[in-house]
Amino acid sequence: MVSGPSRREVRARRLPTAVKIVIAGGFGVGKTTMVGTVSETQPLRTEELLTDVGVGVDDISGVERKDSTTVAMDFGRITMRNEYVLYLFGTPGQKRFWFMWDEVALGALGAVVLADTRRLSDCFPSVDYFERRQTPFVVAVNCFEGAKRYDLGEIQMALNLGPKVPVMLCDARKIDSCKQVLIDLVLHAMKVRGLVDAPAPQQV
Amino acid sequence: MIPPDDPAQDPWPEDPTPPAPPAEDRFLDEHAGPMVRPYVMTSGRIEPTRGKFDLITLVVAVGPEPEGTIGLGPEHLAIIRLCQNVMSVAELTGHLDLPVATIRVMLGDLLDKGFVSMQEPEPEADMHDIRLYKAVIDGLRAL
Repeated sequence: MVSGPSRREVRARRLPTAVKIVIAGGFGVGKTTMVGTVSETQPLRTEELLTDVGVGVDDISGVERKDSTTVAMDFGRITMRNEYVLYLFGTPGQKRFWFMWDEVALGALGAVVLADTRRLSDCFPSVDYFERRQTPFVVAVNCFEGAKRYDLGEIQMALNLGPKVPVMLCDARKIDSCKQVLIDLVLHAMKVRGLVDAPAPQQV
Repeated sequence: MIPPDDPAQDPWPEDPTPPAPPAEDRFLDEHAGPMVRPYVMTSGRIEPTRGKFDLITLVVAVGPEPEGTIGLGPEHLAIIRLCQNVMSVAELTGHLDLPVATIRVMLGDLLDKGFVSMQEPEPEADMHDIRLYKAVIDGLRAL
Protein backbone atom coordinates (compact mmCIF):
# COMPACT_ATOMS: atom_id res chain seq x y z
CA MET A 1 0.00 0.00 0.00
CA VAL A 2 1.24 3.48 -0.72
CA SER A 3 1.04 5.64 2.34
CA GLY A 4 0.24 9.30 2.46
CA PRO A 5 -0.45 11.77 5.22
CA SER A 6 -2.17 10.30 8.23
CA ARG A 7 -5.75 11.22 7.42
CA ARG A 8 -5.44 9.41 4.11
CA GLU A 9 -3.78 6.43 5.68
CA VAL A 10 -6.74 5.91 7.95
CA ARG A 11 -9.01 5.85 4.93
CA ALA A 12 -6.67 3.62 2.96
CA ARG A 13 -6.58 1.00 5.66
CA ARG A 14 -10.28 0.43 5.32
CA LEU A 15 -10.03 -0.40 1.63
CA PRO A 16 -10.89 -3.98 0.78
CA THR A 17 -8.51 -6.25 -1.10
CA ALA A 18 -9.42 -7.23 -4.63
CA VAL A 19 -9.24 -10.80 -5.84
CA LYS A 20 -9.74 -11.94 -9.41
CA ILE A 21 -10.97 -15.01 -11.20
CA VAL A 22 -10.44 -15.41 -14.92
CA ILE A 23 -13.21 -16.81 -17.14
CA ALA A 24 -11.58 -18.11 -20.30
CA GLY A 25 -12.66 -20.12 -23.31
CA GLY A 26 -13.32 -19.84 -27.01
CA PHE A 27 -15.43 -17.28 -28.80
CA GLY A 28 -19.15 -17.49 -28.08
CA VAL A 29 -18.82 -20.07 -25.34
CA GLY A 30 -20.60 -17.97 -22.73
CA LYS A 31 -17.85 -16.02 -20.95
CA THR A 32 -19.74 -12.76 -21.16
CA THR A 33 -22.93 -14.49 -20.09
CA MET A 34 -21.27 -16.00 -17.04
CA VAL A 35 -19.68 -12.70 -16.02
CA GLY A 36 -23.05 -10.99 -16.41
CA THR A 37 -24.92 -13.67 -14.49
CA VAL A 38 -22.91 -13.34 -11.31
CA SER A 39 -21.83 -9.70 -11.45
CA GLU A 40 -23.59 -7.42 -8.99
CA THR A 41 -23.11 -4.47 -11.33
CA GLN A 42 -23.67 -4.10 -15.03
CA PRO A 43 -20.63 -5.84 -16.52
CA LEU A 44 -18.14 -3.40 -17.96
CA ARG A 45 -15.98 -3.75 -21.00
CA THR A 46 -12.49 -2.51 -21.59
CA GLU A 47 -11.27 -2.43 -25.13
CA GLU A 48 -7.53 -2.47 -24.91
CA LEU A 49 -4.54 -3.50 -22.91
CA LEU A 50 -2.02 -2.90 -25.60
CA THR A 51 0.27 -0.51 -23.79
CA ASP A 52 1.21 -3.34 -21.50
CA VAL A 53 3.13 -4.96 -24.30
CA GLY A 54 4.98 -1.80 -25.07
CA VAL A 55 2.79 -0.25 -27.71
CA GLY A 56 2.91 3.52 -27.40
CA VAL A 57 -0.05 5.48 -26.17
CA ASP A 58 -0.38 7.11 -29.58
CA ASP A 59 -0.93 3.76 -31.21
CA ILE A 60 -3.82 2.70 -29.05
CA SER A 61 -5.42 6.11 -29.11
CA GLY A 62 -6.00 5.86 -32.83
CA VAL A 63 -9.45 4.60 -33.66
CA GLU A 64 -8.10 4.44 -37.21
CA ARG A 65 -6.50 1.18 -36.12
CA LYS A 66 -9.61 -0.85 -35.48
CA ASP A 67 -7.94 -4.12 -36.33
CA SER A 68 -6.94 -7.23 -34.45
CA THR A 69 -4.91 -5.19 -31.96
CA THR A 70 -8.13 -3.98 -30.37
CA VAL A 71 -9.55 -6.50 -28.02
CA ALA A 72 -12.49 -6.42 -25.68
CA MET A 73 -12.58 -7.88 -22.23
CA ASP A 74 -15.64 -8.05 -20.00
CA PHE A 75 -15.47 -7.84 -16.29
CA GLY A 76 -17.88 -7.92 -13.40
CA ARG A 77 -17.69 -7.51 -9.67
CA ILE A 78 -18.97 -9.24 -6.56
CA THR A 79 -18.49 -7.48 -3.25
CA MET A 80 -17.77 -9.91 -0.44
CA ARG A 81 -19.18 -9.20 2.97
CA ASN A 82 -15.79 -8.97 4.55
CA GLU A 83 -12.76 -7.18 3.29
CA TYR A 84 -12.64 -8.61 -0.23
CA VAL A 85 -14.00 -7.68 -3.63
CA LEU A 86 -14.03 -10.35 -6.32
CA TYR A 87 -13.54 -9.36 -9.96
CA LEU A 88 -14.34 -11.70 -12.81
CA PHE A 89 -12.53 -11.14 -16.07
CA GLY A 90 -13.86 -12.72 -19.25
CA THR A 91 -10.86 -12.93 -21.54
CA PRO A 92 -10.85 -13.85 -25.21
CA GLY A 93 -9.56 -17.36 -25.59
CA GLN A 94 -7.54 -17.27 -28.77
CA LYS A 95 -3.84 -17.79 -28.53
CA ARG A 96 -3.14 -14.48 -30.22
CA PHE A 97 -4.47 -12.73 -27.12
CA TRP A 98 -2.08 -14.41 -24.76
CA PHE A 99 -0.15 -11.20 -24.31
CA MET A 100 -3.05 -9.75 -22.35
CA TRP A 101 -3.68 -12.89 -20.38
CA ASP A 102 -0.42 -12.45 -18.57
CA GLU A 103 -1.64 -9.33 -16.89
CA VAL A 104 -5.07 -10.75 -16.18
CA ALA A 105 -3.80 -14.11 -14.91
CA LEU A 106 -1.11 -12.58 -12.69
CA GLY A 107 -2.27 -12.91 -9.13
CA ALA A 108 -5.55 -14.58 -10.14
CA LEU A 109 -7.09 -16.87 -7.57
CA GLY A 110 -7.88 -19.29 -10.37
CA ALA A 111 -9.56 -19.70 -13.72
CA VAL A 112 -12.71 -21.21 -15.18
CA VAL A 113 -12.25 -22.59 -18.68
CA LEU A 114 -15.65 -22.64 -20.35
CA ALA A 115 -16.12 -25.33 -22.95
CA ASP A 116 -18.73 -26.12 -25.57
CA THR A 117 -18.90 -29.79 -26.56
CA ARG A 118 -19.67 -28.82 -30.15
CA ARG A 119 -16.31 -27.05 -30.44
CA LEU A 120 -14.27 -28.56 -27.69
CA SER A 121 -10.95 -27.72 -29.34
CA ASP A 122 -11.67 -24.02 -28.82
CA CYS A 123 -10.74 -24.35 -25.19
CA PHE A 124 -7.39 -26.07 -25.82
CA PRO A 125 -5.39 -22.81 -25.80
CA SER A 126 -6.93 -21.80 -22.46
CA VAL A 127 -6.21 -25.21 -20.92
CA ASP A 128 -2.64 -25.06 -22.26
CA TYR A 129 -2.10 -21.61 -20.92
CA PHE A 130 -3.26 -22.29 -17.37
CA GLU A 131 -1.47 -25.62 -17.22
CA ARG A 132 1.75 -23.98 -18.28
CA ARG A 133 1.29 -21.10 -15.92
CA GLN A 134 0.21 -23.39 -13.09
CA THR A 135 -2.87 -21.34 -12.40
CA PRO A 136 -5.49 -23.53 -10.70
CA PHE A 137 -8.39 -24.02 -13.09
CA VAL A 138 -11.56 -26.02 -13.61
CA VAL A 139 -13.27 -26.86 -16.89
CA ALA A 140 -16.97 -26.02 -16.97
CA VAL A 141 -18.94 -27.38 -19.90
CA ASN A 142 -21.62 -24.88 -20.77
CA CYS A 143 -24.73 -26.88 -21.64
CA PHE A 144 -26.09 -25.37 -24.79
CA GLU A 145 -29.49 -26.52 -25.91
CA GLY A 146 -29.23 -28.96 -28.77
CA ALA A 147 -25.63 -29.88 -28.00
CA LYS A 148 -24.95 -33.55 -27.50
CA ARG A 149 -24.41 -34.48 -23.86
CA TYR A 150 -21.16 -36.24 -23.14
CA ASP A 151 -20.02 -38.04 -20.10
CA LEU A 152 -17.67 -35.87 -18.01
CA GLY A 153 -15.03 -38.59 -18.16
CA GLU A 154 -15.13 -38.50 -21.96
CA ILE A 155 -14.61 -34.75 -21.93
CA GLN A 156 -11.77 -35.08 -19.47
CA MET A 157 -10.15 -37.58 -21.82
CA ALA A 158 -10.80 -35.52 -24.93
CA LEU A 159 -9.11 -32.55 -23.30
CA ASN A 160 -6.26 -34.73 -22.11
CA LEU A 161 -6.70 -33.36 -18.60
CA GLY A 162 -5.09 -34.89 -15.60
CA PRO A 163 -7.49 -36.57 -13.16
CA LYS A 164 -6.92 -33.70 -10.76
CA VAL A 165 -8.54 -31.04 -12.94
CA PRO A 166 -12.24 -30.85 -12.06
CA VAL A 167 -14.64 -30.99 -15.00
CA MET A 168 -18.27 -30.04 -14.48
CA LEU A 169 -21.41 -29.16 -16.35
CA CYS A 170 -22.90 -25.71 -16.02
CA ASP A 171 -25.45 -23.32 -17.41
CA ALA A 172 -23.84 -19.89 -17.72
CA ARG A 173 -27.27 -18.23 -17.66
CA LYS A 174 -28.17 -19.56 -14.21
CA ILE A 175 -26.74 -17.95 -11.14
CA ASP A 176 -26.82 -21.10 -8.99
CA SER A 177 -24.91 -23.01 -11.61
CA CYS A 178 -22.27 -20.27 -12.00
CA LYS A 179 -21.99 -19.96 -8.23
CA GLN A 180 -21.30 -23.66 -7.91
CA VAL A 181 -18.61 -23.55 -10.61
CA LEU A 182 -16.88 -20.66 -8.86
CA ILE A 183 -17.12 -22.31 -5.44
CA ASP A 184 -15.69 -25.53 -6.88
CA LEU A 185 -12.88 -23.51 -8.43
CA VAL A 186 -12.01 -21.86 -5.12
CA LEU A 187 -12.03 -25.24 -3.37
CA HIS A 188 -9.81 -26.65 -6.11
CA ALA A 189 -7.43 -23.69 -5.85
CA MET A 190 -7.15 -24.29 -2.09
CA LYS A 191 -6.28 -27.90 -2.76
CA VAL A 192 -3.72 -27.05 -5.44
CA ARG A 193 -2.06 -24.53 -3.15
CA GLY A 194 -2.00 -27.00 -0.28
CA LEU A 195 -4.47 -25.18 1.95
CA VAL A 196 -6.92 -27.95 2.71
CA ASP A 197 -5.71 -28.94 6.14
CA ALA A 198 -9.05 -27.56 7.32
CA PRO A 199 -12.09 -29.68 6.35
CA ALA A 200 -13.39 -28.65 2.95
CA PRO A 201 -16.49 -26.45 3.25
CA GLN A 202 -19.81 -28.13 2.53
CA GLN A 203 -21.29 -27.83 -0.91
CA VAL A 204 -24.34 -25.62 -1.19
CA MET B 1 6.44 -13.11 -26.45
CA ILE B 2 4.37 -15.70 -28.26
CA PRO B 3 4.07 -15.05 -31.96
CA PRO B 4 0.47 -14.40 -32.94
CA ASP B 5 -1.44 -17.11 -34.70
CA ASP B 6 -2.08 -16.80 -38.34
CA PRO B 7 -5.51 -15.08 -38.26
CA ALA B 8 -6.53 -17.13 -41.27
CA GLN B 9 -6.37 -20.23 -39.10
CA ASP B 10 -8.66 -18.83 -36.46
CA PRO B 11 -12.14 -20.13 -37.27
CA TRP B 12 -13.82 -18.05 -34.58
CA PRO B 13 -12.46 -14.53 -34.76
CA GLU B 14 -13.43 -12.52 -31.68
CA ASP B 15 -14.07 -9.40 -33.69
CA PRO B 16 -15.15 -10.16 -37.21
CA THR B 17 -14.17 -7.20 -39.34
CA PRO B 18 -17.33 -5.23 -40.08
CA PRO B 19 -18.02 -4.39 -43.70
CA ALA B 20 -16.29 -1.17 -44.67
CA PRO B 21 -18.67 1.79 -44.41
CA PRO B 22 -19.36 3.86 -47.50
CA ALA B 23 -16.59 6.40 -48.06
CA GLU B 24 -18.76 9.40 -47.19
CA ASP B 25 -19.62 7.93 -43.77
CA ARG B 26 -16.06 7.57 -42.59
CA PHE B 27 -14.51 9.50 -39.75
CA LEU B 28 -17.59 11.41 -38.71
CA ASP B 29 -18.68 12.07 -35.16
CA GLU B 30 -17.57 9.28 -32.84
CA HIS B 31 -15.94 7.43 -35.75
CA ALA B 32 -13.39 10.20 -35.91
CA GLY B 33 -12.16 9.19 -32.46
CA PRO B 34 -12.06 11.23 -29.29
CA MET B 35 -11.73 14.97 -29.63
CA VAL B 36 -8.88 14.92 -27.16
CA ARG B 37 -6.36 12.14 -27.65
CA PRO B 38 -5.41 10.16 -24.56
CA TYR B 39 -1.79 11.29 -24.75
CA VAL B 40 -2.92 14.89 -24.50
CA MET B 41 -4.74 14.14 -21.25
CA THR B 42 -1.51 12.76 -19.85
CA SER B 43 0.74 15.43 -21.42
CA GLY B 44 2.44 12.72 -23.39
CA ARG B 45 3.38 10.62 -20.37
CA ILE B 46 2.94 6.89 -20.60
CA GLU B 47 4.07 5.80 -17.15
CA PRO B 48 2.51 6.91 -13.86
CA THR B 49 4.75 8.83 -11.51
CA ARG B 50 3.83 6.50 -8.65
CA GLY B 51 2.26 3.12 -8.21
CA LYS B 52 1.88 0.15 -10.53
CA PHE B 53 -1.91 0.15 -10.73
CA ASP B 54 -2.87 -3.41 -11.48
CA LEU B 55 -6.26 -3.82 -13.16
CA ILE B 56 -7.74 -4.71 -9.80
CA THR B 57 -5.90 -2.17 -7.69
CA LEU B 58 -8.65 -0.47 -5.69
CA VAL B 59 -8.81 3.29 -5.58
CA VAL B 60 -10.89 5.59 -3.44
CA ALA B 61 -11.09 9.38 -3.37
CA VAL B 62 -9.79 10.92 -0.17
CA GLY B 63 -12.27 13.79 -0.29
CA PRO B 64 -15.09 15.20 -2.40
CA GLU B 65 -14.47 16.40 -5.92
CA PRO B 66 -12.45 19.62 -5.54
CA GLU B 67 -14.16 22.83 -6.61
CA GLY B 68 -11.37 24.68 -8.38
CA THR B 69 -9.26 22.78 -10.86
CA ILE B 70 -5.82 22.93 -9.35
CA GLY B 71 -3.86 21.60 -12.27
CA LEU B 72 -6.36 18.81 -12.80
CA GLY B 73 -8.01 18.02 -16.09
CA PRO B 74 -11.66 17.03 -16.49
CA GLU B 75 -10.65 13.36 -16.61
CA HIS B 76 -8.82 13.68 -13.29
CA LEU B 77 -11.99 15.16 -11.83
CA ALA B 78 -14.08 12.39 -13.37
CA ILE B 79 -11.87 9.85 -11.64
CA ILE B 80 -12.28 11.59 -8.29
CA ARG B 81 -16.04 11.66 -8.85
CA LEU B 82 -16.18 7.93 -9.67
CA CYS B 83 -13.86 7.09 -6.80
CA GLN B 84 -16.24 8.44 -4.19
CA ASN B 85 -17.01 4.72 -4.00
CA VAL B 86 -14.18 2.21 -4.01
CA MET B 87 -13.40 1.37 -7.61
CA SER B 88 -10.87 -0.77 -9.43
CA VAL B 89 -8.59 0.47 -12.18
CA ALA B 90 -10.42 -1.82 -14.60
CA GLU B 91 -13.77 -0.28 -13.66
CA LEU B 92 -12.40 3.23 -14.17
CA THR B 93 -11.25 2.35 -17.69
CA GLY B 94 -14.66 0.86 -18.41
CA HIS B 95 -16.62 3.80 -17.05
CA LEU B 96 -14.46 6.49 -18.63
CA ASP B 97 -13.82 4.58 -21.85
CA LEU B 98 -10.14 5.45 -21.72
CA PRO B 99 -7.06 3.26 -22.20
CA VAL B 100 -5.81 1.68 -19.03
CA ALA B 101 -2.39 3.34 -19.51
CA THR B 102 -4.04 6.76 -19.52
CA ILE B 103 -5.96 5.96 -16.35
CA ARG B 104 -2.74 4.78 -14.70
CA VAL B 105 -0.92 8.03 -15.45
CA MET B 106 -3.81 10.10 -14.13
CA LEU B 107 -4.09 7.97 -11.02
CA GLY B 108 -0.39 8.53 -10.40
CA ASP B 109 -1.02 12.29 -10.54
CA LEU B 110 -3.96 12.02 -8.15
CA LEU B 111 -1.96 9.86 -5.76
CA ASP B 112 0.89 12.38 -5.84
CA LYS B 113 -1.47 15.22 -5.04
CA GLY B 114 -3.16 13.23 -2.29
CA PHE B 115 -6.61 13.08 -3.88
CA VAL B 116 -6.87 9.31 -3.84
CA SER B 117 -5.57 6.40 -1.87
CA MET B 118 -5.23 2.91 -3.15
CA GLN B 119 -4.91 -0.73 -2.23
CA GLU B 120 -2.80 -2.99 -4.41
CA PRO B 121 -4.05 -6.59 -4.73
CA GLU B 122 -2.33 -9.51 -3.09
CA PRO B 123 0.73 -10.48 -5.08
CA GLU B 124 0.68 -14.01 -6.44
CA ALA B 125 3.17 -15.15 -3.83
CA ASP B 126 0.66 -14.29 -1.12
CA MET B 127 -2.16 -16.46 -2.41
CA HIS B 128 -1.75 -18.73 0.57
CA ASP B 129 -3.95 -16.87 2.99
CA ILE B 130 -6.73 -19.31 3.80
CA ARG B 131 -8.96 -16.49 5.05
CA LEU B 132 -9.09 -15.11 1.51
CA TYR B 133 -10.44 -18.39 0.14
CA LYS B 134 -12.97 -18.78 2.92
CA ALA B 135 -14.18 -15.23 2.49
CA VAL B 136 -14.61 -15.75 -1.25
CA ILE B 137 -16.53 -19.00 -0.75
CA ASP B 138 -18.79 -17.35 1.82
CA GLY B 139 -19.31 -14.41 -0.49
CA LEU B 140 -20.22 -16.65 -3.41
CA ARG B 141 -22.66 -18.64 -1.31
CA ALA B 142 -24.38 -15.44 -0.26
CA LEU B 143 -25.05 -14.46 -3.89
